[in-house]
Amino acid sequence: MNLLAKPIAAFLSFFLALALAAPALAGSDCPPPRASGDLGLVVERASGSLLVVDRSERAAIGRITGLGDLSHASLVYSPDERFAYVFGRDGGLTKVDILAQKIVRRVMQAGNSIGGAISDDGRLIAVSNYEPGGVRVFDADTLAQVADIPTGAKTVGLVDAPGRRFVFSLWDRGEIWIADFSAGPAPKITKITGIGDRPYDGLITPDGRTYIAGLFGEDHLTALDLWQEPPAPRPFLPGYAAHDEKLPVYKMPHLEGWALAGDLFVLPAVGLHEVLWVDRRSLQEVARTPTHGQPVFAIARPDGRQVWVNFAHPLNDTVQVIDTVTKKVIHQFRPGPAVLHMEFAPRGAELWISVRDENRVEIYDTHTFEKLGEIAAESPSGIFFTARAHRTGL
Amino acid sequence: MREMRGIPALLGAALLALPAMAGSGGEITGGIAPGRAVELERLVRQDCGSCHGMTLKGGLGPDIRASALAGQDREGLAGIILDGVPGTPMPPWRPLLSEEDARWIAQYLLDGGKRQ
Repeated sequence: MNLLAKPIAAFLSFFLALALAAPALAGSDCPPPRASGDLGLVVERASGSLLVVDRSERAAIGRITGLGDLSHASLVYSPDERFAYVFGRDGGLTKVDILAQKIVRRVMQAGNSIGGAISDDGRLIAVSNYEPGGVRVFDADTLAQVADIPTGAKTVGLVDAPGRRFVFSLWDRGEIWIADFSAGPAPKITKITGIGDRPYDGLITPDGRTYIAGLFGEDHLTALDLWQEPPAPRPFLPGYAAHDEKLPVYKMPHLEGWALAGDLFVLPAVGLHEVLWVDRRSLQEVARTPTHGQPVFAIARPDGRQVWVNFAHPLNDTVQVIDTVTKKVIHQFRPGPAVLHMEFAPRGAELWISVRDENRVEIYDTHTFEKLGEIAAESPSGIFFTARAHRTGL
Repeated sequence: MREMRGIPALLGAALLALPAMAGSGGEITGGIAPGRAVELERLVRQDCGSCHGMTLKGGLGPDIRASALAGQDREGLAGIILDGVPGTPMPPWRPLLSEEDARWIAQYLLDGGKRQ
């Protein structure tokens, strides 16, 4: 009897627990809480939708539709990693709730746009516009316009900088502007002129100190030290390609805040099938690595040990991996036609790749280069993980 | 302006292309196979679109919709496509495209982004 008493008691208490729990379960219509730290959004450029992906599951968990023209779209995240602000090419600025998987607000703020940024305090959203040329700034909660900064030029390379500032470049005028919102909604504008002919993109280092503009019309790049008052433009890599050596550029490279590999910047050359290695302090060229084609993205793994590179049309089916120590290509593979974007898991273990014309995202182990999975997506381009919320310049 | 239309070739191509083109109302210009036309349209939208926008309304590069190209002729546009515009980011596409390809693209743009 004694032997049976325990199991019977356990059995009974199990049912008692069930009976007690049942009303609580039935009365709750809340799903279990869901964290967003391992989520991401993939831009589906042709269909104007976002695929919601889960890094841990290596799977799509939903789709948000109705975002307009998302060709070349990008997005930034709110500090709580719940909301994304999506910058469409058609001038649409859309705030989406990644947990509820729906659009919260959407405004058409210009006619033709390229990229945006979120202020360091998460309160302001800035959008870079081709038409009308300039930057418009919006309240992150309401998307009400806070400021309009017409430039009379196409603006590119818009990033956030510490101290509630935004930095951007003027394609048509060879200038970099710094808009400082630290004193309130009316920005203090600092204009840095003579930075070089036709800046096509810009990046800011993860510490928020150095802004680098790539220049289409020059054989150099220009850096600004944002700790200087005012910053003086500093050309570097002078004559990295004589004009007559340049090859046709079928797609402008991107500069992103992933360019720092250890103590070196790794930068895509314009008109050369090379990436350039530059010492981050002296801005002197250290080395070059010949590549498969004109690089579009050269992005360092978060630990800086590897750099993954994709290429412009017509060589955009291939990805190369360069070792930062030897500066040699250590791996090359062909995910398929039109590799448009790559995104590392925040600690670098995986890389996700969008292969537009195969309609899929592929996931690779960055240590073994083994393919870990793939996810169907409609003409995928940019991949954005929520961990970007905590990175200056992303 | 649309010369070079071998009618038998046109008919054959149109018949082959019919299932793919249901609803698009397009026709085929002589010299460009339907499969090639699909590739060229993708190239215009995706690769020209890098600078000119997927809807062709412009980006870093200018607006190349039919309204913006009004008054330009097909041969002139095909020349720009093949040889680029020196001093600007418009690259020469001759290494990647034939003259027939370039003429097809020029006509495609003049027709407002509809397959001929």
